[in-house]
Amino acid sequence: MTDILFAVAAIAVLISMALSMVRAFVGPTVFDRILAVNTTGTLTVVLIAVYGFLDGRPEFLDIGLLYALINFIGTIAVTKYVKFRDLGHPIEGPDEGDV
Amino acid sequence: MPETLYELLHIMIGPLALADWLSWLCILTGAFFTLTGAFGIVRLPDVFSRMHGAGMVDTLGIMMILIGLMFQAEDWIVVIKLGLILLFIFFTSPTTTFALARAAIYGGVNPGPTVEDIQKKKTESDPSNS
Repeated sequence: MTDILFAVAAIAVLISMALSMVRAFVGPTVFDRILAVNTTGTLTVVLIAVYGFLDGRPEFLDIGLLYALINFIGTIAVTKYVKFRDLGHPIEGPDEGDV
Repeated sequence: MPETLYELLHIMIGPLALADWLSWLCILTGAFFTLTGAFGIVRLPDVFSRMHGAGMVDTLGIMMILIGLMFQAEDWIVVIKLGLILLFIFFTSPTTTFALARAAIYGGVNPGPTVEDIQKKKTESDPSNS
């Protein structure tokens, strides 16, 4: 019975990942693509957790936690690169080191 | 102290235990909001409104699914790890949205007219109203 529960969650997460990947491929601006890839990464964390429960091995949660950290850092880095064309210093403006 | 959250809520209501009912409730709500947010990401018109869909996925969708998983955990450390993931997503999701919105405005995406612009246009087109 609980397997059906985890399967429902996994299927919903997979469909949502497919939809946000559609936006990542179609997206007119680069910001749409960053948003869609960030959402896909966040959904991957949940998919890893649900798969750990489905398989009876909740140790997968450690991988999910690590994936959440990497996803956040990656999104911030890409956003800063797109905004300033540089990861170290902005081109102009007083807000040096800003995100 | 009970071994798990599942044993703590092991009160049979009908065919399932209370923990199972709460799990089904949370996971179905989370699945609904995750799908709705993903449809929003595909269907909404510009970046700033798509961020609303991403926020739905991040907050209600994912948090409800993770809370639903908590009731099925076999050990307290699993509940703590799920809580850590929840706490992390709770702080990083608004931060990412803020950085992305600033980058989008800096990058020249038009956020649309403000409320003042719309009101000014309305009073200009209808002078008898004022």
